[in-house]
Amino acid sequence: MPTLATASPTPLREELQARIRSMQATRLDERALPTLPALQQLLPGGLRQGYAYSVTGSTTLALALLAAPSAQGAWCGVLGMPDFGPEAATRLGIDLERLVLVPAPGNQWLTVAAAMTDVLGVVIARAPSRVVPAETSRLGARLRQRGSTLVVLGEWPGADATLTVVGSSWLGLGTGYGYLSTRRLEVEASGRGGMHRPRRARLTFPLEEWSTSALQEANAAETRATETHAVDDRAG
Amino acid sequence: MSTRNPVRAVVVWCPDWPIVAARASGLLPHDSPVALIARGEVVACSAEARDDGVRRGLRLREAQARCPELETQAYDPVVDARAFEPIAEVIEERVPGVQVLRPGLATVRARGAARYYRGEDRAASELLGALASTIAGAARIGIADGIFAAEQAAYRTAPHQRTLLVPAGASPQFLAPLPIEALDEPKLVPLLKRLGAGTLGDFAALNETDVRARFGEDGARAHARAAGRDPRPVTARVLEKDFDRVVEFEPPLDRVDQVAFAFRAAAEEFVAGITAARLVCTAIRVVIDAERGDTSEREWAHPRHFTAAEVLDRVRWQLQGSGGGLSSPISRVRVSPERVDAVSNHEAGLWGHAPDERIHHGLSRIQSMLGHDAVLTAVPGGGRMLAERRVLVPWGDAPPAVARVAAGRPWPGSLPDPPPATVFAELRPVQVLDAVGEAVEVDQRGAVSAPPAWLCSSVPGHRGGDRLAITNWAGPWPLQQRWWDATRARRADRFQLVDARGEAWLVLLEGGRWWVEAHYD
Repeated sequence: MPTLATASPTPLREELQARIRSMQATRLDERALPTLPALQQLLPGGLRQGYAYSVTGSTTLALALLAAPSAQGAWCGVLGMPDFGPEAATRLGIDLERLVLVPAPGNQWLTVAAAMTDVLGVVIARAPSRVVPAETSRLGARLRQRGSTLVVLGEWPGADATLTVVGSSWLGLGTGYGYLSTRRLEVEASGRGGMHRPRRARLTFPLEEWSTSALQEANAAETRATETHAVDDRAG
Repeated sequence: MSTRNPVRAVVVWCPDWPIVAARASGLLPHDSPVALIARGEVVACSAEARDDGVRRGLRLREAQARCPELETQAYDPVVDARAFEPIAEVIEERVPGVQVLRPGLATVRARGAARYYRGEDRAASELLGALASTIAGAARIGIADGIFAAEQAAYRTAPHQRTLLVPAGASPQFLAPLPIEALDEPKLVPLLKRLGAGTLGDFAALNETDVRARFGEDGARAHARAAGRDPRPVTARVLEKDFDRVVEFEPPLDRVDQVAFAFRAAAEEFVAGITAARLVCTAIRVVIDAERGDTSEREWAHPRHFTAAEVLDRVRWQLQGSGGGLSSPISRVRVSPERVDAVSNHEAGLWGHAPDERIHHGLSRIQSMLGHDAVLTAVPGGGRMLAERRVLVPWGDAPPAVARVAAGRPWPGSLPDPPPATVFAELRPVQVLDAVGEAVEVDQRGAVSAPPAWLCSSVPGHRGGDRLAITNWAGPWPLQQRWWDATRARRADRFQLVDARGEAWLVLLEGGRWWVEAHYD
């Protein structure tokens, strides 16, 4: 392979390793937690155990990931979020009796995160300001060993999958009248485990207002929207 | 059970017990006129004060006018009860089965005592002899059929004749000439007097059925008492077992782990003692005394019940809570049960009970790293402000009952759904500006000075910070509450805003300043 020999070896190796990593599963028997039907599009196969997800742009979206596992009896945790609003969590279907909050871990973020993921099924955490890559990979190994899921709000170097809000709009509020009623989020998901191709989906909150027919309709509209976006991307 | 014959009772009465108790505990001098006062009225007074015309129920000022050298003290029923406890024990030594009717008045069944001491009068003199060396040396004794008659007999003794014995079956005749006030029924007595019943005998002569029909159950009971048919049995007190555990440290200990280790055995005894009584403890009180005399006292509730390790954890947390380290070495730790429950109500299910031990253990470990208040669970609260609707309870504590009550109330004027995912624990200052850069205001009629156009994260007077264009908005929604309570009163206007990025905010205009209350993110 002359091309390989001529190309500079380090970036190439990194690229190949990245491709291998994105295609291989980290464990042979990957188990997954359920997700809300509305999130199926973004996370085919559900919320993987042992994964670290990074969610950027919306706390509600991160909470929505917790909703189905919590409704099925999983214990959940919230780390480093002193301004967490439990009412929003209740509306999404999260059981407050099985939700544990650690608002201020101080400088022991990593230790507390590890201790929480040891015992709780899913943990949402606000990323600390300073992250050391070696420590994140150690936390990742611990997650895989314990089979729990970490959802990090904000950038996370060791994330197995990333959910990014690319568009947000609100319905119900005019100029001087009305009230916030419905939120539309456009979310892009990428990562490994059947997600190496970025996916886009449009979500509507509150979620429970959507009947199945409305969901299908929305999905159809969504597909069209995604296609247009794809065209736009190519054009751009 | 009014048909049952009244039980023969011995009543021991200590005259002026509140005064005796107050003098014995050093609150009042021994040889001058004194009185105890509650709500501006004389509750009890000494014999010296009574000679000057001071009476129960007199206004304080009137009492001082009659007896200028009167010394007064606020009445404390706890002192009474505490001082009477040793007296009840002395009586119990001579005749078992004491019932304390009130501090200063106790009763025992006459039958066993009369048989043991060969005669009721001998039993009475035995009791008086035993009490002579105590502070209740002036005690009097009445013996009759029924507690009420015996009590009245005791009141009618004299200093030289300290026992009054009403023969068996003679109680109705003994009670008949007594004034109707002896019933001590403040509502019934004036009415009976107006009806012409001036003595107990007059009242007893009325037909029992008529009395019940006219005066109800309370009247019927009073009638039975007046007729010498007091149905109350003598119920011997059951001593409550003392579960408290106290450990004194000599010399005092200055390290948390030392104290915790030294208290470990006591914590295990504490829980074992409660379990042996077939109880479980759902709340404990921990009192920690430091060498320099300061005391830390706190109640700890448990959602289920305490184990020895958990009791020890609470002691440790309380020690750590007093400012990281201890201000001075610890000399004493006391743990007492605050609430107990029957163990049968707390049986573990066949598959154990939630939360499972592993989770509890893991979270307790985080608590030991960060402190008791660092691991929380949220319970719904009530209120109009979002921060009030979020009640955080430390892991391992029972949620406050107040929050549950508040959460069940309707709270008109609270926000419509959906609730925001980020509720700031403390309001954050912002600026809301109109199109030309002036701060938006709301007038008395609730009209907005100009449509809000900009949301700035900087505080007034400073430039810089993020500046977001407002595309949609609604408000003002007035919030006025608790004007009667100066510390919790609130007069504010709420707005919902959507900025150009499609993010929604809940802002608040209070006293001319803008705050962010929540972020719909």
